[in-house]
Amino acid sequence: MLYSILCYESEALASGRTRQEDDALMVRLRTVQQKLKSEGKLGPVARLMPTTTATHIRSGKDPMVVDGPFAETKEQLLGFYVIDCPSLEDAIETAKLLAREKPHGTLEIRPVAVFNPVGVSQ
Amino acid sequence: MTDMAWIDATLTAARPQVLGALLRYFRVLDAAEDAFQEACLRALKNWPVKGPPRDPAAWLIFVGRNFALDEVRRRSKQTELPADEEIVTDETEDTQTELAERLDAAHYRDDILRLLFVCCHPDLPATQQVALALRIVSGLTVKEIARAFLVSESAMEQRITRAKARITAADVPFDTPGAPERAPRLSAVATMLYLLFNEGYSASGGNAHVRVPLCEEAIRLSRLLLRLFPSEPEIMGLSALLLIQHARASARLDAENNIVLLEDQDRSLWDRELIAEGLALVEKALRHRRPGPYQLQAAIAAVHSQAAKAADTDWAEIDRLYQILESLQPSPVVTLNRAVAVAKLRGPAEALAMIEPLAAKLGGYFYFFGLKGALLTQLNRTDEARTAFDRAISLANTAAEAAHIRLHLDRLQKESESERSA
Repeated sequence: MLYSILCYESEALASGRTRQEDDALMVRLRTVQQKLKSEGKLGPVARLMPTTTATHIRSGKDPMVVDGPFAETKEQLLGFYVIDCPSLEDAIETAKLLAREKPHGTLEIRPVAVFNPVGVSQ
Repeated sequence: MTDMAWIDATLTAARPQVLGALLRYFRVLDAAEDAFQEACLRALKNWPVKGPPRDPAAWLIFVGRNFALDEVRRRSKQTELPADEEIVTDETEDTQTELAERLDAAHYRDDILRLLFVCCHPDLPATQQVALALRIVSGLTVKEIARAFLVSESAMEQRITRAKARITAADVPFDTPGAPERAPRLSAVATMLYLLFNEGYSASGGNAHVRVPLCEEAIRLSRLLLRLFPSEPEIMGLSALLLIQHARASARLDAENNIVLLEDQDRSLWDRELIAEGLALVEKALRHRRPGPYQLQAAIAAVHSQAAKAADTDWAEIDRLYQILESLQPSPVVTLNRAVAVAKLRGPAEALAMIEPLAAKLGGYFYFFGLKGALLTQLNRTDEARTAFDRAISLANTAAEAAHIRLHLDRLQKESESERSA
């Protein structure tokens, strides 16, 4: 079963980290990723740029393009993982490995309904 | 988790919003600062025991506001209590913070903008604006600011006190601004953030490492401003400009603290992550087709950042961007910068002809004589080049700038010696 782990955190807090703190965090997370990879559990991993770089497209016949999210004071989606785990229980344990390395924020586990890493399949 | 580092980071991140809301309530900087201080003290006492609140900023605003209201009540026991229809006193803390949150969420953007705007009040000289913003918005201590500006603590204390007094005397608007009032405020704040960044970047005196935090703080505040006003292309431009310039920070000085010019920098030292974010913002801004000075400067920085080596630089594009900038915001400094691109494209003679008319306006400007000397050197007009470099040294703002020009002079000296011996 594929699960996504969505990483939410206050962007204001995350961008307040110094480069050294951030690098150290990435090293810790990569150690967990290595472990997951060796167990065959790790899919794509993405870290997103700050929400200030976001562009929104409102669906409809005439799609509207809107810049960024409007003033948000809580947590933002800053990155995500796709993992392959036999059960929710196992996915939770996996997410906990990541959560222990992160200073704050929330990880959301969402089972993946459709996953196609190569885009359109024949 | 409620470790002290988390609390510390949270208080720093919440500071602009909380202080901005308290300033809306009390309209006096000192009162708002006292209330914020008290709220922080209570957070340090409460959060480790009770766990962090769901919304730290709302908690701090609520606690700070109540503290200040209690102060008012205590001082005026004889007079009637202030009307207090917004705060219900007899409820659980959670309901109360939720109420406060609802009240403040609507003001979030304008609170922070006002707080920043107060710091760059037109009555204040630029150095006071930046110092005040660092003290009030960023929460740096007077000691830290004094260190960054290379002045004594007492001198900085005085500067900040004077700035606050001026603001109290001036008429700061506390009403929520409409769209027409917002634009000039936003632009004043953008200018102040740019000054703050430059204070760290160009190091007008002093060594670099105490100043990097100023650049980082300017970037943090520009991102904050952009989160508040996500569809302002000039704020995107400002953010992008600061990010791309800061990306080169570790390549700008060599091990001996000598300046390394853009074309000689080791580009592998450039921070690709910051550049990528800057490029994303430039691209987003340009879609708006409302060019402005920050967007153009960011676009120029972007062109430089995309060249794998100096020789790959697209000087024609840089020249074109400077021309648009010149037409939007005519300034001898912009023309001077464009001359660098022109020298690369069409040779030093044309560039020199471009900058010579600027002599009257830029007679006290280090870079003018630096560029003039470099162009004259390329044209083999050695004596004139030496005169220009001498003038540049006398105008250098830092030891590193002077040392850089001295390198040029030494080279000229060596060349003329080898010519004589030949």
